[in-house]
Amino acid sequence: MVEVAIPANLRFRNDEPADEPGVSLDAFLDQPNAVSVRIEGGDDVRRLAPALDRLKLVEIDFPRFRDGRGYSSARILREMGYTGELKAVGDVLVDQLLFMRRCGFDSFGPDQAIDLDVAARALGEYDYVYQQAADGRVPVWKLRHG
Amino acid sequence: MYRYDKFDQAIVDTRVEEFRDQVRRRIAGEMTDDQFKPLRLKNGLYLQLHAYMLRVAVPYGTLNSQQMRTLAHIARKYDRGYGHFTTRQNMQFHWIRLEDAPEALADLAKVEMHAIQTSGESIRNISADQFAGAAADEVCDPRPWAELIRQFTTFHPEFSYLPRKFKIGLTASDNDRAAIKLHDVGLQVLRDDAGNFGFRVFVGGGMGRTPFVAHLIRDFLPATSICSYLEAILRVWNRHGRRDNIHKQRIKILVHDLGPEEFARQVEAEWQAIQPLDDDMPLKEFERIAAYFTPPAFEEGLSDELDLSDPHFAAWVERQVAPHKQAGYAIVTVSLKPIGGIPGDLTAEQMDLLADLADRYSFDDLRPTHAQNIVLPHVRKADLYAVWQQLDSAGLGTANLDLISEIIACPGLDYCSLANTRSLPLTQKLSERFADPERQLDIGELKVKISGCINACGHHHAGHIGVLGVDRKGTENFQLLLGGSGAEDASLGKIVGPGFTEDGVVDAVERAVEKYREIREEGERFLDTYRRVGVEPFKEAIYG
Repeated sequence: MVEVAIPANLRFRNDEPADEPGVSLDAFLDQPNAVSVRIEGGDDVRRLAPALDRLKLVEIDFPRFRDGRGYSSARILREMGYTGELKAVGDVLVDQLLFMRRCGFDSFGPDQAIDLDVAARALGEYDYVYQQAADGRVPVWKLRHG
Repeated sequence: MYRYDKFDQAIVDTRVEEFRDQVRRRIAGEMTDDQFKPLRLKNGLYLQLHAYMLRVAVPYGTLNSQQMRTLAHIARKYDRGYGHFTTRQNMQFHWIRLEDAPEALADLAKVEMHAIQTSGESIRNISADQFAGAAADEVCDPRPWAELIRQFTTFHPEFSYLPRKFKIGLTASDNDRAAIKLHDVGLQVLRDDAGNFGFRVFVGGGMGRTPFVAHLIRDFLPATSICSYLEAILRVWNRHGRRDNIHKQRIKILVHDLGPEEFARQVEAEWQAIQPLDDDMPLKEFERIAAYFTPPAFEEGLSDELDLSDPHFAAWVERQVAPHKQAGYAIVTVSLKPIGGIPGDLTAEQMDLLADLADRYSFDDLRPTHAQNIVLPHVRKADLYAVWQQLDSAGLGTANLDLISEIIACPGLDYCSLANTRSLPLTQKLSERFADPERQLDIGELKVKISGCINACGHHHAGHIGVLGVDRKGTENFQLLLGGSGAEDASLGKIVGPGFTEDGVVDAVERAVEKYREIREEGERFLDTYRRVGVEPFKEAIYG
């Protein structure tokens, strides 16, 4: 069990939040000054590659919690080198938080309030993971071989 | 076999506690049934017609005797004294209470077992050749690779809310006993001339309502790249697979829609993109795992002689015993298909007996098969008679492997809420119709597979003879398919014509079989004759 502090606003970052809401991917790419984008399920986040420098907030929408496309979008963004805020919004439930954190999300805007105690338990429960992902956790195969 | 280290054990123990809390929150009304459903499914818990069903994973179809005894314990303590081996080598219990499920999982965790990802839209338990490590025809034991993939795919954070389920099948032999081409991904382990391991990768196979035989997309993938390559396959599908119609969300549909070449190209591009992440486990991790699969301490110099003077024993050896790579040893397949029985069902007492036999005669090793039988992989030929006697006295001595009465069937409407028809009474009637051992032997290899609905859990598409149960205006109706195969010559069966009643389809099978006996040429199996002459002569015989 790992102790995890859950910020009340579910934002696991210390920098100033972007002050603009996310616009659609097409609108973002059309507006050279925009800093926030909102990704829908079918959007290809690789289109953001040329604009990573100005990007401060990516909101990824989960229309239904079972729609897992956002996990891949998040990982791809982190793999591309994006270090800004990555926020899961929509049907985001406490039992999905761990995998979302592992895929690189560091901020959450759930439609329905999340119980912070349950969230702390869910995020701290597993001491070990089998894969490396976007959260920097060391997988057990690395622990085994030092 | 593989044994957990402290990391594996901690992960499985944590899973039990996590699920215990989720069940508590569900019972307390802190989450809706809709929210709870995918969580329980990923712990193997289905809601069926009469009760919850718990599907316990048997990773790549390998069990030790202690684990088998624990399955017997689960059957006694939480179920009605029996369990059922599935067509994916797992064991399911059909009468579990939700509030007991966490405790049952805790009991399983004590013997390094779990029900993780045995259902739901996740990467399922891996199936593998049941003769692994014993077969004379394998390149190597494929199970170390299966264990490596098991770890990589367990709680993969990116691929836990996939469009649909995802099944991997693995073999290291040209004789495909694991039906790999009917999996979402089929992997065949190879070695190149320099001795390096690699995989032949097939994608997009599957049964269900839209069956496909998988396409080859890679001839020789360096084996240590398997995790990143699977990641690339899964990511292409997770991003681009359909999510608008549950019947069109399996990867086979995406592969079909894009075409295998385009799908392979996208996988290759994705794979190149993720290479720098270094997600693959190093060779030394493979070697750590492989050390658990070193061959058991076989005795050298044993004789291959067998006393076959007891004709019942001789008949059993002829059907149920396969060649072993080690002289003096044999592979025993125990048929779980007695005439008139339920395929794959075992009582707790039979489980205990099999555990004892494995302990005493087979280096503590048991292998459930996708055909719902169970293998004792390493039996001394000198012990075969004793093994057979004990099996026979427990009702496990049936000699019908690959014969017409050795039927694969799903649980059907007796248990399953998806089914349209019952599968089990038909299976019982069919095996009783062909009970005569002489007649079965004369008919020869004939694989019959029965599904109670189009979801095809009974693999009817892959049966030499397949039966599909459908609902026709409120009555059970059975369609007959001919010409399928789940082996290395994989093919999909075709529906012959209008469906039948339960008794009618038994008669129809008999007419097809008699037609085959009439027109077969020397050495031809039913499937060979069908492939030679086509459906017409059979159609005529069946419908007159």
